[in-house]
Amino acid sequence: MAALLEVSGLKAFYGQTQSLYDVGFEIPMGGITTLLGANGAGKTTTLRAICNMVRTDGTIRFDGKNIRGMATEEIVRQRIAHVPEGRGTFTTLTVDENLRIAAYTRKDKQAVKDELERVFVYFPRLKERIQQQAGTLSGGEQQMLAIARALMLKPRLMLLDEPSFGLAPLIVLEIFRILRRINEEEKVSILLVEQNAALALDLATHAYVLETGKVVMSGPSDVVKNDENVRKSYLGY
Amino acid sequence: MEQFLQQIASGLANGAIYACVALALVMIYVSTDHINFAQGEMAMFSAYISWQLMDWGMSFWVAFILTVLISFAMGVLIERLILRPLHNAPVLSIIVVFIGLLAIFNSMAGAFWSYLIKEFPSPFPKADFGIAGVIGPHQLGVVLVTLIVLGLLFVFFRYTPLGLAMRAAAQNPQMARLVGVRVDWMLALGWGLAASVGAVAGIMVAHIVYLEPNMMGGILLYAFASALVGGISNPAGAVAGGFIVGILENMVAYAGNQIEKATGIYIIGNGEKLTVALIIVIFVLTVKPAGLFGRVVVKRV
Repeated sequence: MAALLEVSGLKAFYGQTQSLYDVGFEIPMGGITTLLGANGAGKTTTLRAICNMVRTDGTIRFDGKNIRGMATEEIVRQRIAHVPEGRGTFTTLTVDENLRIAAYTRKDKQAVKDELERVFVYFPRLKERIQQQAGTLSGGEQQMLAIARALMLKPRLMLLDEPSFGLAPLIVLEIFRILRRINEEEKVSILLVEQNAALALDLATHAYVLETGKVVMSGPSDVVKNDENVRKSYLGY
Repeated sequence: MEQFLQQIASGLANGAIYACVALALVMIYVSTDHINFAQGEMAMFSAYISWQLMDWGMSFWVAFILTVLISFAMGVLIERLILRPLHNAPVLSIIVVFIGLLAIFNSMAGAFWSYLIKEFPSPFPKADFGIAGVIGPHQLGVVLVTLIVLGLLFVFFRYTPLGLAMRAAAQNPQMARLVGVRVDWMLALGWGLAASVGAVAGIMVAHIVYLEPNMMGGILLYAFASALVGGISNPAGAVAGGFIVGILENMVAYAGNQIEKATGIYIIGNGEKLTVALIIVIFVLTVKPAGLFGRVVVKRV
């Protein structure tokens, strides 16, 4: 499988503090890859680095083209959708506006309309709440809104930062089922950052383990899942 | 009774001006968290530009539209050239820049056009316009023009994709970037629009207060009060606040006159209306700190 995203020698800095040291990984076209690691390992920073939201050094190739150093909004236009930590809801806008904003650069109104309908197939609950102010949605609904908004960008790659954060287990299962469908039906490659390692390893085909800003292990999820260190540190058995 | 209606009408006309400047302040506040102290002087400068264009022979409305466009460009340029480099500067530095801009516009107007008071024409026909004994032609015209401008702005922000992008950029800039919105340009556009709305206010009020470099000083204060009364982060509230403050100040003077007429004792009059209006504003803010229409921001976590 060809790699959609190749990251090598990636360093990231917050001011003077370096938080990533020489991170490298590949995301296969059409696959689901997960980044595991403890708090502060650099998972979120890696996602932010891909979208140039922190100061970086190294190479990030998307579809063969170096995108490191491009402005965030230009990277998004390459069809990389980032679902950030905390869901990034536009709280004072309606659900409808939250979704439409992701399509504002597109001229073809009919296509945007069709897109909305297609997104509602995955998230019928959002359709019921279409005119509601997004800040009044529940946490689970806001997470669905965030994924739906990312879908409106027609992404080739979706970066997801802890979609399970703060949600009830049933909602989390529902969201992960939807992610699998999106990956299969929309041919969207996914890079998933998760605290819930068991869940992430079930969904993903490939896994990378980060520790203090470095990749310490990688491989197919099945292999990583059965690694003794991973089992002890992240799966708890 | 007729005098009462007249006072309401002139309050509405003044209020329309305050509403425009207040809206300009709020537009910049919601996207940057800063109050642009130079907003009034920018509006004054725009009024001078339209005076100059008319002096060169253009008709009022041609000069009006050109001035609005020039002011838009001026606002965009100020954001791109002066405020952009200060993007991460501390609040105090930005305040100093605003005060600097205020002084620069004031003295530039003085240098180009002198500090002598100039008459400024009204575009509205003297006869057959307005309602005799209640509202004069210029006052009615001012109210209509501002309502049209405010209506256009509402439609722009509410129903166009660019308006939506600007609202999104103001509300959550980081997420706006992540859906491809060029946030920096949205800020510059916001400055342009604010300068344009201010220009409308400046041109409309110049006929009433006459054209001179300090003409917007008091108005900026009223506009600031209006924005606070309405809720500084609520554009519709700022507009309502403008009309409320406009009518309020006239009612204060009117009540004072009536009391003096009835009892012969002078308590308040025209001279004190600004003071009393501001006292009422402070009272409102003490009772409702977020303003009449502002919402206390509660974050869901």
